[in-house]
Amino acid sequence: MPKDESIKKVLIIGSGPIQIGQAAEFDYSGSQACKSLREENIETVLVNSNPATIQTDIDSADKVYVEPLTAEVVAKIIEKEQVDALLPTMGGQTGLNIAVDLDQMGALDGVKVIGSPVKTIKDVEDRDLFAEFMDRLDEPIPKCHAVNSLEEAFEAVEDIGFPVIVRPGFTLGGTGGGVANNKKEFEEIVIHGLDMSFNNQVLIDESVLGWQEIEYEVMRDKNDSCIIVCNMENVDAMGIHTGESIVVAPTQTLSDEDNQKLRNASIKIIRALGIQGGCNIQFALHPETREYKVIEVNPRVSRSSALASKATGYSIAKVSSKIALGMTLDEIKNDITKETPASFEPAVDYVIAKVPRWPFDKFKTSSGELGVQMQSTGEVMSIGRTIEEALQKAIRSLDIDQEAFEYTEYTDYDLEHATDLRMFQIYSAIKDGRDIQELADITKISPFFLNKIKNIVICEENIQKQGKDVLNDAKAFRKIKQYGFSDKRIAELLGLSEDEVAQARHEIGLAPEYKMVDTCAAEFEAKTPYYYGTYDSPSKFKPTDNKKIAVLGAGPIRIGQGIEFDYCCVHAALALKDENVETILINNNPETVSTDYDISDRLYFEPLTKEDVIAVLEQEKPEGVIVQFGGQTSINLAESLDDAGIKILGTPFESIDMVEDREQFTEVLNELGIPQADYGIANSLDEARDAAHNIGFPVLVRPSYVLGGRAMEIVYDDNELEEYMKEAVKVSKEHPILVDKFLEDSIELDVDALCDGEDVYVCGIMEHIEEAGIHSGDSACVIPPQSVSKDIIDQVEEYTRKLALKLGVIGLINIQYAIKVDPEPKLYIIEANPRASRTVPFVSKAIGVPIAKIASKIMLGAKLSDFDLVNYADIDHVAVKESVFPFLKIPDVDSVLGPEMKSTGETMGIDKNFGLAYYKSQLSAGNNLPTEGKIFISVRDLDKPKIASIAKKAKELGFDLIATKGTADAVDDVDIDIIRKVSQGSPNIRDAMLNGEVAFLINTPSGKQSADDGYIIRRLAIELGIPYVTTIAAANAVLKAIEEAANGELTVKSLNEYAE
Amino acid sequence: MVRTAKLALEDGTILEGEGFGAETVKAGEIVFSTAMTGYVASLTDPSFKGQILMSTYPLEGNYGVSSEWYQSDDIKAEAYVVRQVCYEPCHPKSEKSLPEFLEENGVPGISGIDTRSLTLKIRELGSMKAVVANTDISDEELFKILEQQPRLEDMNLVEKVTVKEPKVIQERKEYNVAVLDCGVKKNIIDHLVAQDVGVTLVPATTTAQEIFDMDVDGILVSSGPGNPENVDTIQDTIREVGQKMPIAGICLGQQIIALTYGAKIYKMKFGHRGSNQPVKHLDTGRVYMTSQNHSFSIDPDSIESTDLEITQINLNDGTPEAIAHKTLPIRCIQYHPEAGPGPHDSKVFFDNFVNAIKEYKEK
Repeated sequence: MPKDESIKKVLIIGSGPIQIGQAAEFDYSGSQACKSLREENIETVLVNSNPATIQTDIDSADKVYVEPLTAEVVAKIIEKEQVDALLPTMGGQTGLNIAVDLDQMGALDGVKVIGSPVKTIKDVEDRDLFAEFMDRLDEPIPKCHAVNSLEEAFEAVEDIGFPVIVRPGFTLGGTGGGVANNKKEFEEIVIHGLDMSFNNQVLIDESVLGWQEIEYEVMRDKNDSCIIVCNMENVDAMGIHTGESIVVAPTQTLSDEDNQKLRNASIKIIRALGIQGGCNIQFALHPETREYKVIEVNPRVSRSSALASKATGYSIAKVSSKIALGMTLDEIKNDITKETPASFEPAVDYVIAKVPRWPFDKFKTSSGELGVQMQSTGEVMSIGRTIEEALQKAIRSLDIDQEAFEYTEYTDYDLEHATDLRMFQIYSAIKDGRDIQELADITKISPFFLNKIKNIVICEENIQKQGKDVLNDAKAFRKIKQYGFSDKRIAELLGLSEDEVAQARHEIGLAPEYKMVDTCAAEFEAKTPYYYGTYDSPSKFKPTDNKKIAVLGAGPIRIGQGIEFDYCCVHAALALKDENVETILINNNPETVSTDYDISDRLYFEPLTKEDVIAVLEQEKPEGVIVQFGGQTSINLAESLDDAGIKILGTPFESIDMVEDREQFTEVLNELGIPQADYGIANSLDEARDAAHNIGFPVLVRPSYVLGGRAMEIVYDDNELEEYMKEAVKVSKEHPILVDKFLEDSIELDVDALCDGEDVYVCGIMEHIEEAGIHSGDSACVIPPQSVSKDIIDQVEEYTRKLALKLGVIGLINIQYAIKVDPEPKLYIIEANPRASRTVPFVSKAIGVPIAKIASKIMLGAKLSDFDLVNYADIDHVAVKESVFPFLKIPDVDSVLGPEMKSTGETMGIDKNFGLAYYKSQLSAGNNLPTEGKIFISVRDLDKPKIASIAKKAKELGFDLIATKGTADAVDDVDIDIIRKVSQGSPNIRDAMLNGEVAFLINTPSGKQSADDGYIIRRLAIELGIPYVTTIAAANAVLKAIEEAANGELTVKSLNEYAE
Repeated sequence: MVRTAKLALEDGTILEGEGFGAETVKAGEIVFSTAMTGYVASLTDPSFKGQILMSTYPLEGNYGVSSEWYQSDDIKAEAYVVRQVCYEPCHPKSEKSLPEFLEENGVPGISGIDTRSLTLKIRELGSMKAVVANTDISDEELFKILEQQPRLEDMNLVEKVTVKEPKVIQERKEYNVAVLDCGVKKNIIDHLVAQDVGVTLVPATTTAQEIFDMDVDGILVSSGPGNPENVDTIQDTIREVGQKMPIAGICLGQQIIALTYGAKIYKMKFGHRGSNQPVKHLDTGRVYMTSQNHSFSIDPDSIESTDLEITQINLNDGTPEAIAHKTLPIRCIQYHPEAGPGPHDSKVFFDNFVNAIKEYKEK
């Protein structure tokens, strides 16, 4: 065997919770790594704190640990499992950081670090070492100074000259950086950056703003054979983080000379670094002189490598893993062709466009301006034969209620300073007749790309000029489709309905053909390709005769619709495979496991719209389609698919509709005798006001169709209601507003259940830590419930059973309940969703039952009685889910939680009791809870009566307390130091925090205005990384956790052991 | 105004597209290249004489045309087939657009072709004769032209591209090299010049005696178009010169050398054209990405009975990529170490050649 025989057992580090800058791409890479190593008969151990991943499935690796990703914890796993090698390059920056920390701790004695040596990691991560290294190689990098103080920073900028890019050393995804054009901006960013940096270091870089940004994905093996998997060109120039940039692959405006120059540099660098595996190298290329600089080297798989893998069909993670074992590129087969080796460079015969998905719809206060800091939560990838086609397909993949480029108001400032809307503003400027070269000068985007948008504008004008006749001209119609126009967009341009255009298209026999992603531009036969739709030639598709079923994916990762849904789609595909059913998967998210070519039988990389999905299904002719796993994206397609005569598997469309329609749903609840909070439906402000007065404030208001609690708010009076209505009506014109009585001070429960039409299995009841009113996706929760009485639990189970059966659920249903505690406990239903919920993977892992797989099999006709099911109440451990928030990455937003979902990801803590499980969940979420020091308390009036017990407990645990006067006065018999509010002058709480005197904060928000003291304190806590809570419930949980953690050392236990 | 153009194939297929470049009709053997950059270098590569080039990458012309990238004085390919051509290129070195370039050179181009479908056809049926028409012409006439077009393997294309007279490229130096020009690329010459040796280009028909009279220390048999069997006079030259000095061969050069020493050559189904061909060096195990452009290959089984040995192989299909003479200093490769287009990973070939010359001379 060519591989290194000394390696028998490998630990793979995952990347932890989904956060901005580190998302689902590492589930893809980690899962691939496990698979790839196991193919070589290596024993694998995986650690990751994120339960919503495929890699933490118990059968992904030989041992799976859902434990906090800290060096201390990982060291315990290394010791316990006696691994002989560590693969840190699959877990993003987290993986690399842990490897470096483990090395420093001396925990790697006898453990071989494979992939990238620790020295290499340090060489590229520390800017000084990196600069030295590149200098020795004679590869140019922007001038850079690493500084540790403001004074040094000013000296540095003297040498470099403005503008400069400032970024803190050793953080995730460039957190806390910025571009400074003058001294004032410079000072601000440097101070912030110094605070953010793990090593109190800030880097001042020579600016290459406006240069082209180009990336290369390079592979190397131990024989020094090197290949470039893919190169990519950012449409947006340097200055906008590559994760924020529209990216095309391969490069479009690089001549062969440019391309080879950067290729040579890439190979030289990877050889010098001694990386065995994959590496991402970013270059800045001067648009005129063609001078280049090396910007960044990532000695690991990355978001870009996931994109490159999906763009070419070449699995970087999989091949990298094998190389890490000592295999060489020519010994590894190209999985797509099965004949040719992995030692080649993919040739593509299509164009890839990647467009980021931003969360600004969730953060009204953010300006949405893009820069060197990543803010997007996810991305879409589209494939076309032209850039025009790829761009238009990408826009409709984004799932932002926009079919194509749409006219968007703009100013010249907007064109220069990119936001999430810039792409549309550029289109608008071109439509307004602005000169391409002038736009290129303002936007720093190559005229090449601007001309492509211009082609779209011209094509639109031609459509409008020709009018409806164009639909009868097969040749002209095909041309339009080749530019990526959807039927809906053509309809908009012609003043027709989408159905009319679709019908005209069918009548002249125009349908997409599906071309292959085959790694080799058709040079060799492909055995396991995947597909994209295009309009080059008439389709020659021949459907197979096998039993087959389609699964619709969830599209880009966004707040409210994260990796959990991809997890469910993958489980559906795997379950169908178990049952020997051919699976067809449609999705457009390049970061995910579902878009891995070996998950389904046939993968279609397509937008998830009515037109694109139906087109695939019309040619594939599956028996049915599963829509309940792809979140709101796929559920929203149910009606159109049903209308098109396509069979929806599992819960029928009518039931989905029934729960979405409040009046129908109320009828059902009344019939079943399940209480809900009083509510009203309003189509206008007047109606809303009437409803609110009937019910009584506070009320929860929201549009009738919601995704992740978008535009949901609790309002306390008429003024707030009026303000909300102005905003919300904009969000959704077609659907009315729901006004619900808000159940103050109640405990929320989340239930996932399976139903086969005859029987119901309650998979798990989760008790929320935070009270009702905080979005269930943002609240921490625990299985099994900790403070709910048996009676209530029985009632929950009964209601769940009745409702699932009544709705005819076949598969999964998620129901949320609230227990109003006062005057006596009463259970209300809040909402029901007859589809997979965000908590499915968490529940599956907590109870050790793969519920998404079972749901899929039920949809194929299996019965619950066919499976081994575990009662969640019988598990002898406790599992806590905690949410992870993007506040650090989105400037100027408040961290207060509410009915709008804001979290990007989740962690799971699992241990023998609630305190320890909660402690682990916090540690995983980056809240390193202190066991000593000062706790600062400041709570709103409403919470003051509840603070005394907390203060007492904290004292008992040995903490010192400080509080604002109001809060301190509310507590008798406990010794609390009083500290000034920020608004009361110095020295105050802000100074104490900056001086590092505060170990933990309890701050509950007092009102809606955010520019108050509380906001400043919370924002500062985020930026300084001080752990904090914003609810009384969480404060109680934290103290319980600290108490448990203080009782002994943290231990680690694999899911396999929990399952025994 | 978009003009309709046609592409007719030997199997009876007629495809319609949009014409660009010159308004004319040209026939040749249609081949596909998977290189994603480098259309200027490919179009001007004399090896494409007699062939209609089709790019599998769908967008061509994006970065325009610079004379710096030419591999010869003008376009050598007979016609160019693409999915989408760019009329508004964007690159600081660009002097003209790709359509303008074709027009100046009297070469027809056709865009709007489903190049992937056509590639699949060629993969299945093999390279075939084709004709591109950028003028108003009937289908019957088109097929008549196609019929009259000789097969690539029956043509002597080298004589169309070789220099007519010896041409000194770099004045005499300590070591001197003659390049037997079968259709040499500018990059090959540039690489030799960079080696600081005297370089003279000589016609492909140059005899051994003429070479000896030039007092050079080694010869390089260049790449070029067409069937190696049709340039048999070179074999005599090689056989004699090979006894006296090192010889290097590139692409067609390798094939001619193989024939000279008794190996057999066959025409491949659709050849190798692209920038991503993996070549393994059998001595080190290292794999290099290479730029390739050839329709013919050495039959590996025929090597055994000769004085040649295979030193490198193609990992996709196992074809010989480099051969060496067991006793004489003759080394050649099937791919393009000079790049243009493609990877620069194999530049060392030129170092090795010049080192071999130096060693040989010292002995």
